[in-house]
Amino acid sequence: MSGFGGFVLRRGVGAVITLFAISVIIYVVFYATPGNVAQITCGPRCSPEQVHQVAQQLRLDDPLYLRYWHFLEGILVGRDYSTGTAVQHCSAPCLGLSYQSDQQVTELILAKLPVSLSLVLGAMVLWLVLGVGTGMLSAWRRGRLSERVLTGITLAGTATPVFVIGLVLMIVVCGELHLLPFPQYVAFTDDPEQWAWNLLLPWLSLALIEAATFARLTRASMLETLAEDHIRTFRAYGVGERSVIGRHALRGALAPVIALNANNFGSAVGGAVLTETLFGLPGIGQELVHAVAVVDLPVVVGMVLVIGFFVVIANAVADLLYAVADRRVVLA
Amino acid sequence: MSDSPVTAPLVQVTDLTVEFGGLRAVDGLSFELAVGGALGLVGESGSGKSTVASALLGLHRDTGARLGGSVLVAGTDVGRASDEELRRLRGAKAAMVFQDPLSSLDPYYAIGDQIAEVYRVHTRASRRAARARAVEVLDRVGIPDAVRRSRSRPHEFSGGMRQRALIAMALACEPDLLIADEPTTALDVTVQAQILDLLHTLRQETGMGLLLVTHDVGVAAESVDEVLVMRHGKAVEHGSVATVLGAPREEYTRDLLSAVPRVDVSRVSPAAPSEEVVIEAVGLRREFGRGRGRFAAVDDVSLTVRRGETLGVVGESGSGKTTLGRMLVGLLEPTAGEVRYEGGVRSGVGPAVQMVFQDPVSSLNPRRSVGESIADPLRARGERDERHIRHRVGELLARVGLDAEHYDRYPHEFSGGQRQRVGIARALAADPRVIVCDEPVSALDVTTQAQVVALLGELQRELGLALVFVAHDLAVVRQVSDRVAVMRGGRIVEYGPADEVYGAPQDPYTRQLLAAVPALDPVVAARRRSARKELTAA
Repeated sequence: MSGFGGFVLRRGVGAVITLFAISVIIYVVFYATPGNVAQITCGPRCSPEQVHQVAQQLRLDDPLYLRYWHFLEGILVGRDYSTGTAVQHCSAPCLGLSYQSDQQVTELILAKLPVSLSLVLGAMVLWLVLGVGTGMLSAWRRGRLSERVLTGITLAGTATPVFVIGLVLMIVVCGELHLLPFPQYVAFTDDPEQWAWNLLLPWLSLALIEAATFARLTRASMLETLAEDHIRTFRAYGVGERSVIGRHALRGALAPVIALNANNFGSAVGGAVLTETLFGLPGIGQELVHAVAVVDLPVVVGMVLVIGFFVVIANAVADLLYAVADRRVVLA
Repeated sequence: MSDSPVTAPLVQVTDLTVEFGGLRAVDGLSFELAVGGALGLVGESGSGKSTVASALLGLHRDTGARLGGSVLVAGTDVGRASDEELRRLRGAKAAMVFQDPLSSLDPYYAIGDQIAEVYRVHTRASRRAARARAVEVLDRVGIPDAVRRSRSRPHEFSGGMRQRALIAMALACEPDLLIADEPTTALDVTVQAQILDLLHTLRQETGMGLLLVTHDVGVAAESVDEVLVMRHGKAVEHGSVATVLGAPREEYTRDLLSAVPRVDVSRVSPAAPSEEVVIEAVGLRREFGRGRGRFAAVDDVSLTVRRGETLGVVGESGSGKTTLGRMLVGLLEPTAGEVRYEGGVRSGVGPAVQMVFQDPVSSLNPRRSVGESIADPLRARGERDERHIRHRVGELLARVGLDAEHYDRYPHEFSGGQRQRVGIARALAADPRVIVCDEPVSALDVTTQAQVVALLGELQRELGLALVFVAHDLAVVRQVSDRVAVMRGGRIVEYGPADEVYGAPQDPYTRQLLAAVPALDPVVAARRRSARKELTAA
């Protein structure tokens, strides 16, 4: 297994390099774009002197590479900020201070992250179970009525926006049937049971749509695997259909599912804005939209970086799962 | 099942028909196979032979194929059996070995686990016992260090070892019948000989029956007692190997046999000797890969090709013969050494040296008409006059035996042999002096193969072409070549006039190759088999 250890190491180094590249690109894209940051931060009524003062405070006159260097330094070892009168220490990993509130971006994100992760992790479990299950079922029942119905439902699922499903669910389940309370975020550490009950609807509405995509992918990939020669071998040796599908076909069909899941998980951490807004969940997505609206650059950069971090980590994990499932990957 | 198993035949096929949509793949076929007997189903592609093999295990069930007639295998009526009865037949009483051993095994599981799974399906043995059985049969088929290797996945095995593993899977439940569908087609000739010898030994030891499906008459002659020649889903001739191959009654069988290239017959009309060297390789070397993965696919190869002659380059997979061919044409730059054309060093592709590729399906663009493909070299040389291009392409099509009017047809409208003719016409369009043919007939049936080989010979005589004929098939190479180079591991191990190389091989590897070629005569086959035993013992 020395090959496997080497593979993990190579993949880990690759992830770090990717993260570094992402941080450079994000930093340059946001800070090198035209527009007077000091003016925006200070507000429209500021005098030129005030604007100048703000610019100095934010060190906007330093060259871009130097500012990036300090930014990187903040992430790795922490740094000090002067807020006019006092000096604030921002310990590693420091993503800077909000222009708007002088709050530390890291703290801001840490406050929102549990909400987003709760939403996405729970929904992911649901969409995998529903999606892969439906996909397997419709591949197995190909050409029969049940398959056509399933295909119809998943097609409708991919085409329906989350606010439609979510709204309908909320009106029916909470408004009419009173089965669940209107969702309100409760921290897992405060009350795990309430946490789950309140998140059930958001999970469902996010998962239903994703599940449709996964069902279609699983079905296609399953059908492809079922047509392969080694499936014919096991059928010709009297291995039952349940084993052929559950053991041999599923394993071969899972690779693209793992890959898609990595991407969807990573992007849902910051991209579930609609779901968060609809259910009033104070997550990363909502905060990001707010920060963009008021051009709070440190917050935007910090959050985009964190989202990028999750996408990279999810993909690295997917690659490792790949390698565990199919040893040929390690050789490549 | 009131018949006594002693007298009842192992396989009884009566008036079998198989239809896919409107196509009748098998048409009223009947045959029997006695307990412990060995029958070869021989035919060209599309003859329905593999369809028969699948029908024996009921593999057409639920596929939309329509079956007629009856199939009895080891006491099971395959057509009427319930799914459960069919499942108990498959693998336990009759087991199948498929053509491509890599794709026929699950890439995700260890080989020992796959064999154990099949064993458990039929015996209810414990996991441990099944695993032990897997190791036992792997050892039986000659996998060295079977305990350790049973934990390997298929990609960690060589082609021959994978086929051994599949045979081990077939042996696991000690079936009465082994169905082998082109079991050696994907293998090198020396490995093929090993697998055929293994099947022979296993039959002698276990007494199981063998139904061998093959397009290769030689493979059948080596392995079975009886032959059934099929064409268009019908039986053409059926009898003992000696009778059918030695004194065929039917014309089709005679045609088929005469088309089979013989390794002991030299080129029919050898080229008039010429001293003019057209193309020359000097110390050619080509490396691939980086770092520790670096290796030389071709290593220090020097050879000459004279005007009007054919140089055969023969070798097994990985011998570097295709890499050499590509360097001669200029598709690959050598790492060291040089290619000289008419005395001068050349690099890159030019009109004088052209190539005909192995796979006529993938080497023609399916979205362009064959005329456009053939016209490519003309346009590449700057020809712009459409009328002239059409006229020239028409000439070329007629020259390779196709209809001059077929300019606007697409590759899928042609058969494999016709497509290869298109490939040859495209090579001719550039007015070359040398054509490098890389396995030009290995994807074709023997009768088509013979026609394409004849065409190449004709063109050579008329146009004074020098041909480099790269192939793995020793018999075909002998049939077409004036001189032969035998390659192994990137080097030429033997190089000389074809009759000398084949008649009195000097290198042990050449001798091993020649001993591995299947013989059409069962007596010769038996002699070669014992010769192989001596060679491996030595």
